Amino acid sequence: MLNGLFPNVKWDKMWEATVETLYMTGVSVVATFILGLILGLLLFLTAKGNIWENAFVNKIISSIVNIFRSIPFIILIVLLIPFTKSIMGTMIGENAALPALIIGSAPFYARMVEIGLREIDKGVIEAAKSMGAKTSTIIWKVLLPESMPALISGITVTAIALVGYTAMAGVIGAGGLGNLAYLEGFQRSRNDVVLMATIIILIIVFILQFIGDVITNKLDKR
Amino acid sequence: MISIKNVKKIYSSKSGNVMAVDNVNIEIKDGEIFGVIGYSGAGKSTLIRMLNGLELPTEGTVTVADKIVSKIKGSELRKARQEISMIFQHFNLLWSRTVRENIAFPLEIAGIGKSQRMKRVDELIKLVGLEGREDSYPSQLSGGQKQRVGIARALANNPKVLLCDEATSALDPQTTDSILELLVDINKRLGLTIVLITHEMHVIRKICHRVAVMEGGKVVELGPVLDVFKNPQEEITKRFVQQVTEPEETKETIEHLLEHIPNGKVIQLGFVGEAAEQPLITNLIRNFNVTVNILQGKISQTQNGSYGTLFIHLDGADDEITKAIDYIHSQQVGVEVMTNA
Repeated sequence: MLNGLFPNVKWDKMWEATVETLYMTGVSVVATFILGLILGLLLFLTAKGNIWENAFVNKIISSIVNIFRSIPFIILIVLLIPFTKSIMGTMIGENAALPALIIGSAPFYARMVEIGLREIDKGVIEAAKSMGAKTSTIIWKVLLPESMPALISGITVTAIALVGYTAMAGVIGAGGLGNLAYLEGFQRSRNDVVLMATIIILIIVFILQFIGDVITNKLDKR
Repeated sequence: MISIKNVKKIYSSKSGNVMAVDNVNIEIKDGEIFGVIGYSGAGKSTLIRMLNGLELPTEGTVTVADKIVSKIKGSELRKARQEISMIFQHFNLLWSRTVRENIAFPLEIAGIGKSQRMKRVDELIKLVGLEGREDSYPSQLSGGQKQRVGIARALANNPKVLLCDEATSALDPQTTDSILELLVDINKRLGLTIVLITHEMHVIRKICHRVAVMEGGKVVELGPVLDVFKNPQEEITKRFVQQVTEPEETKETIEHLLEHIPNGKVIQLGFVGEAAEQPLITNLIRNFNVTVNILQGKISQTQNGSYGTLFIHLDGADDEITKAIDYIHSQQVGVEVMTNA
């Protein structure tokens, strides 16, 4: 029946593209999570009145984050072509999409991390200090656990945006469902291929949102 | 145990400098419960935070348990803070941790092994009376229970000093009393020195040995709680003492009486310790030609004795009233003739 509704869909290719999309999303989500956390923590800790208060460092990180957050993703990919070529050695394939995906989404996530950290009650940080906690202890045992629900819901939103970004990256040769929908579907006027790719992307997004919600609810003991 | 010498704290901002703490000198003895009372903005919050180095004095020195807290830094300060615990108005528990894990937190900071940590946590849970709630999260506890977790957490590393930052201000009166009783119990059992700041005279009366009254960054009055109750010097101290001895309704009753009874005088008597045990009223009626009408009375317990106030209405000839008042004076009872302000 599926073949009747989607006569032009080659299922093995569709599966291959799905795996590529999942791979690009997965790797970039993990890298974004780590990079975003580091940037977000730096933004938070160097802000006024905080442990590492430093207006200069804060301004620099903040500017970098804002610049990369404002460039439209499709333009960012193009701008990053020389950089990608120099570190990945190619402009084709799913690995070539990773630098742009990570650089495009880490600043976005960093801001969400910063907002999550700012919502922690200042009194809790003061309490940890009054117990003689080191800054590293405050980061690992207070800041990260206390903001975890916000960090998880933030990475869920970012992951969903990344699925969209992988599709865009696909259009300029990075593989995955976006690439398939564009080349096999749009260019050859095979609407059923475009539709199927869209359905699979929607399913991925729904699953990501569901997982994010479950984890957030489980962690939130407030 | 604690010595605050010539301490000043100046906050500079664009709109000018603010003197939060102005030349404060306080010595606190080992095992004492010392209270600092003042309205918000009096500088008491800044003062207590200088005792564990959360704030640094602009001038002067703060010494706690033989360590110059205002001077030491880094790991030395962190080590000292394990001996100077603090509890907070809003408890400041980690919501992501259970009661047990919250109490274990300072032990983790001190680098104590897991089995020993668990043993100590169980002791502390018993000490503060939280058996059965070990695995609850803070959001599942009442305010009083949360403060008990705060106290257990503060006691985990066997501190020498406990700082209480408005520790009962967010609690209802009944819970406040149970937390205050717990603090007195800890003070007696563990010999812990306690410094607390509050805006409620009730808290001072109930548990403190000595009190400092702060206004505009300065300590305006300092002494044993009973002395301050008996003989408040400053206007602000009188206001705080009234919080306990003279409820709002008394004031209204007296104003009403002063308006409606033109004859005689309304007098406030203050009894301290043994003076309270003499049959003063009986002697008044027997020895002077006056009528005595008792309006309102109250006895307050403090850590170093009891303190009573009694409002009476004296009626009779003017010279008899004057003689009666002189007699009361001679009995070492505080007298204040109320006038309609």
